[in-house]
This record gives sequence, C-alpha cells and structure tokens, in this order.
Amino acid sequence: MSKVDTNATASRTLSAARNRVGAVDAASTRGNRSRARRQAQWVAWGFIAPLVVYLVLFYAFPLYKNIDLSVRHYTVRSFIDGTAPFVGFQNFTEIFTSSTFWPAMVNTGIFVFVSIAFQFAIGLALAVFFFKHFRLSGLLRALFLVPWLLPLLVSASTWSWMLNSDSGIVNAFLEAFGIGQINWLTSPHWSLVAVLIANIWIGIPFNLVIMYSGLQSISADVYEAASIDGANGFQRFWRITFPLLRPVTAITLLLGFVYTLKVFDIIWIMTRGGPATSSTTLAIWSYQLGVGSLLPDFSSAATVGNVLIVIALIFGLAYARVQRRLAA
Amino acid sequence: MQTTRKARAIGVLLLTAGVVATLTGCSGSTGGGSNADSGTYTFWDPYPQYDASSDWAKLIEQCGTQAGVTVKRTGYDTTDLTNKALLAGQQRNSPDILLVDNPVVSTLADAGILTDTTDNGLSTGTIAQNILGAGVLDGKTYGVPIGANTLALYYNPKVLQAAGVDPASIKNWASLDDALAKVKAAGKKGITFAGINTEEGSFQFLPWFWGAGADLTKLNSPQAIAALTLWTNWIKQGYAPNSVIQDTQTTSWQEFQTGEFAFGENGTWQKASAAQMGAQLITIQTENGGPAPVPTGGEFFTIPVQKDAARYKTSAKIVECLSSGDNIVKTDNTLNYVVATQSGQQAQLSTDSTMKTWVDAVGVAKARTGDNLGTKYPVISEQLWTAVQKAESGAASPTAALAAAQQAVDAKLNK
Repeated sequence: MSKVDTNATASRTLSAARNRVGAVDAASTRGNRSRARRQAQWVAWGFIAPLVVYLVLFYAFPLYKNIDLSVRHYTVRSFIDGTAPFVGFQNFTEIFTSSTFWPAMVNTGIFVFVSIAFQFAIGLALAVFFFKHFRLSGLLRALFLVPWLLPLLVSASTWSWMLNSDSGIVNAFLEAFGIGQINWLTSPHWSLVAVLIANIWIGIPFNLVIMYSGLQSISADVYEAASIDGANGFQRFWRITFPLLRPVTAITLLLGFVYTLKVFDIIWIMTRGGPATSSTTLAIWSYQLGVGSLLPDFSSAATVGNVLIVIALIFGLAYARVQRRLAA
Repeated sequence: MQTTRKARAIGVLLLTAGVVATLTGCSGSTGGGSNADSGTYTFWDPYPQYDASSDWAKLIEQCGTQAGVTVKRTGYDTTDLTNKALLAGQQRNSPDILLVDNPVVSTLADAGILTDTTDNGLSTGTIAQNILGAGVLDGKTYGVPIGANTLALYYNPKVLQAAGVDPASIKNWASLDDALAKVKAAGKKGITFAGINTEEGSFQFLPWFWGAGADLTKLNSPQAIAALTLWTNWIKQGYAPNSVIQDTQTTSWQEFQTGEFAFGENGTWQKASAAQMGAQLITIQTENGGPAPVPTGGEFFTIPVQKDAARYKTSAKIVECLSSGDNIVKTDNTLNYVVATQSGQQAQLSTDSTMKTWVDAVGVAKARTGDNLGTKYPVISEQLWTAVQKAESGAASPTAALAAAQQAVDAKLNK
C-alpha cells in the first residue's frame, strides 16, 4: 500500500518540478530553454532517484528473490554452488497438500480476526472513555501504552511465565475459584487462546492511540448540536462518533490486519506454534520450514511467505477499493 | 522531445548502475579472510565465552606456533556459526579450521564446504568409531570430534530416600515406572526432561527410542510406539509435569534444581551444577534392561575447502595438536566432555573418577546422523519431535502421531 502512495507522491513532485521550470521557460530564449529543460529533467531524476533506488533495493529485489526461491528447489547445496533447479509450482503443490496447511490457514484466520475484533473493540471503548478528560486521565492513558513500549520478547516471556501450567500465576488465581489446572501453553485446545490473549493485550494501545486521535478530529459542535436535539449518550456514539470515525477505523483495521497477519515473535516465544500445529500460523510455519530445523528448506519457507503476501495484498486492494468508493 | 527521452535513458542507466553498485557492494564484504596472509590461519569455534586470555585460546595459539603459523581465532554463537559457515562457503572464504556441532557436519559436507580426510590428510587414529560416526558420510570422514557429551539420568538422593527407592533397583523401564510411582505416592515429583518441539526434544527422546530397539528409518515401529507411550504415560499419570512439553534442557534442569524432582534427564554439561546440589547419576536403561544407546553431542574439528589446497597440511597439523594427547584431556575436562579416544578416557578417569558413568554412557552412544542417515537425519528428527509433541499434549495417540510422522518423512525424502 505505502509503496503505491509514495510512487504517487513521487510522480506528483516530478510534474510539479516540470511545471515550475515550464514557467521560467517562457521568458527565456530557445537555446536557454532546452538547456533549462534538460537541467529540469536532471533535477527531477535527482529527486526521484533515492526513492526508486530504495524501492528497488528493499522492496522489488527481495520480492523478486522470494518469488524466485519459491519456484526452485533450493537446498543447502544450492546456497554454495548457486544451482537450484527450476521446479515450477511443485513447492506450492507440496505446501497446499501438506497436513500443516489447513491448520495453519485456520489458525491464522482465527488469530487475525479474533485479535483485531477484541483489540479494536477494547481500544475504541478505552478511547471514548479517556476522551472524557477526567482527573488523572492523561496519566492512566500513558500507562495503557506500556504494553506497546515493552519489547515483545519481554511481554511474551512474561505471559508464558504467567500462563505456565504448574507454576503460573493465572492458574494459581483460577485455582482459588476452584477451577482446575488449565494447560494454557501445552494443551492443543488452549494454546491458540493463550497466544490470542497475549496478542490482544499487546495490540490494545495501538488501537487506543489511533482511535483517540480520531476522536479529537471530530468537532465538538456536532456533539453540541446533537445534545440540543436531545440525543442520548448511546445515540451520540452510534450516530456521530462511530460514523465520523469511519476513515480512521478503516486504516486502523487494515494496519491491524497486516500487523497481526505477520505476528511471529509472540507465538514463537510462547508456544513455538505447538503443541503439534495447534498454534501454528502461516508466519510460524514459514519460519519452521526455513530455519526451524537443522536442515533449512528455503524454498518451502519462501512459498509460504508468498501465500502470506498474497493474502495481505487481497485485503490491501479491498481496502483501496472501499476507500475509493468512499471518496467518490 | 528527444532530449527528454535521452535524459530519461541516462537517468535509468545511472539508476541501474547505482543499484548494481550497491548490491555488489553488499555481497563483496569479507568473511573468513583466510587468504589474507599465508602465515595466518583462521579458526572458528562456537565458544564465544572463552576470550583471548582463556586456556582454550592459549592452547590454539600454542598449536599454531608448533605448526609454524599464527592462528586467528573467532568464537561465534552455536546457531550463528552454522549460518556464518554457510555464508563463508558461499563466498569461497571459509576459515581454515571450523569447529561445529556434530549434526551440522553432514549438512556442511553435503553442501560441499568440507574436505574429507583423504583430501586433508587428517589422522583419525584411535578415535572410537561410535563417536566418529557423526563425521562420516557415505564412507568419507569429514572431521574429528573434540570430545563427546551425552545424556544420563540424574537423581536426587534425598527424594529417592524419602520415597524408599534404591537407585540401584532401576534396571529397566518397568522398575523405573515403579520408582516413579513410589515417588509420586510420597508426594514428590517424578521426572523432568526436555520434550520441546526442537532438536533438543529429539535428542532427549532418542535414548528411550533407541532403548526400545527402534530405528530412525522406521518411526512407526512398535518399538518406537512403546517408547513414546512411556513418555506420554509419565505425563498422563503425573510422573512428569505438563511443562516438559515446552521444556528445553535448561528449563528442565531448573525444574530438577528445585529439589522437588526425583529424576532429571540431562547432559554431561550439568555435571558441576549436579555436584553442587548433591545429585547423582545412573545410565538410562533400555526397555528390557542394560544401558541404552544415547545420542552423542559435541563438536567436530573440520577443515573447510580452500582455494589453496596446500593449506590443508598445516590445518591438519593444528587439529591433530588440539585433538590428541594431554591437550585434549585438558580441554575436555574444562568443557565437560568425554574424550573420544580410549587412552584419553583412561587419563580422564584417573584424574576424575566421577566421570565413570559418563564414559560408560559414551561407550554405548550413537551419532544421530550415523547409520549413514546424514542429511536425512534433520528431516526425520523434525517429524520425530513433532510426533512426540502431539502425543505428549494429547493431540494424537502415540501410534497415530508416529504413523503421521513416518508418512511425512517418506513424502519429504522421496521428493
């Protein structure tokens, strides 16, 4: 997405530069004009060059490499002598028919949608709550940012200690209410729930911050007018706040989607995608294939990575479409 | 119009040149730098904890001097070292001597990075065949072991005494189960091990797997199922805590260190820590009695391929100096390794009799990549630890989990 945006900005800069120079042109002689024009071209290229170099180096080339990897049989040996036979879609067939594929797809789906639903709902609720500006609200709001500021390694490790079956504080707490031991991280039924809880907790501040700034852009006049018309709290939220937040909501959900789709560290630290495949998402699977065992399988890992990119792209394009319709 | 097009073309050219320059700039970085100076030999090891003032570094320096060269040593983190070695191999810039974890040897050899003993003239001498096995691929030997470590069963005498268990009575799986039942009845915890879904999980499971008579080429054999059922039942019956499913060898050791556990399956490297807490040691038993084959751990000295083949002779000299005589006994004592030669083991026992159980265990140990499995081992091991996880967590029965594992191995290896 951002690539498209920056490209558009670049071409705008280019034409603006051209226009500016065009205005100077009119006053000059013919010879000067062509020189000035050429100079303008250079200037324009100069402006666009860093961006193009950056895009090619850090986006286009790795993407090309990833696609290239996924259609070859790339082994440790190919790493040394550079020969990797072209196998077409064989890697894709293998990935799609693997017994891990559907569990990973389903887990990714559940992980992304449940995470975003809770992160967004709780984030929005907190944003509306803090928008009231009560005493200490600034301090409390700042405290809510802590999960976001902590290194993921720290928060994920802390969660895995708290959720430990035998010595975790969560089970100790539940026991006080007569609930027996839950194997949060080591039961195939609970591991996905455990990583979801941690991920929701980590994602709330992001939603809170964006929705809060979204709320600030809504004019107080609207609320004032609504209260004169006799709107109650629920109506004010449902008929003013929520609709006016729609553009912010759309971008928050899209960013949340992309972030959550590629979540790796939290799951890897807490469960390593296990037990079995019960918390394996596509991102985890890709890592397991690539560097998770003694013998790296780069091609399969790249293939799973490409599947992830395609999914992200589908949702990105859908977002762009919706945005365009809203703008029209 | 034309000038615009020309300018554009020049622009594109410049951009391409810039990109190419940057890209090649990236890959042109130096790696091992073995050819920087013919009198300087590079040496990579996975012991970043030893600095230049350590005995290990001094020994390397001394062996270099004996061979008439200077040795430039670099210590990397274990996982980092494999990647670094692969990258250096890719850039034809490998170190002269590379000390790597033994299961990696077959991978690097398969990649064509390592020379074998016929090329480099390294003598394997009196090294025990079962330890050397990890360095052998298709009949060629790709290195010599620095030493070997392996697994055994540590026990806490206080816990066993309280439960009325005599450690000498543990002769097979049935008597071990009895002991665990007594420990549990006495209100203590039974056993802890690393059942995690990584190579460590396979490493810890292998003594039981091999101890049942199972073979890595057939994961779904009745013997393999018996071994996995043993582990699964320990968890089900509460002899082992649920956390073993996620335990690494370090976290499982921390559990054992709480003093609550009767047994802890762990390695030679915990020797000092075990002595500190008063823990003792028995060998892991097979299903029907007798010491079980345990997997060997430990690094191998290898000599990577160089542009200048004349360098191998000196490299071999340095490796032989490091891996033989008093030098290796001293090194292995610091590293908590068992020496790979019989004479070395005798020397080790004469200075430290507590090594007896470890020397015995190493005597019946097996290399994971041995039996000519080579690079098939990582594929098999990954499926094995996955099956172990499934069974431990109750996601599948041992039979179903191992059947699925063998199926996955077949699919991957027949690719």
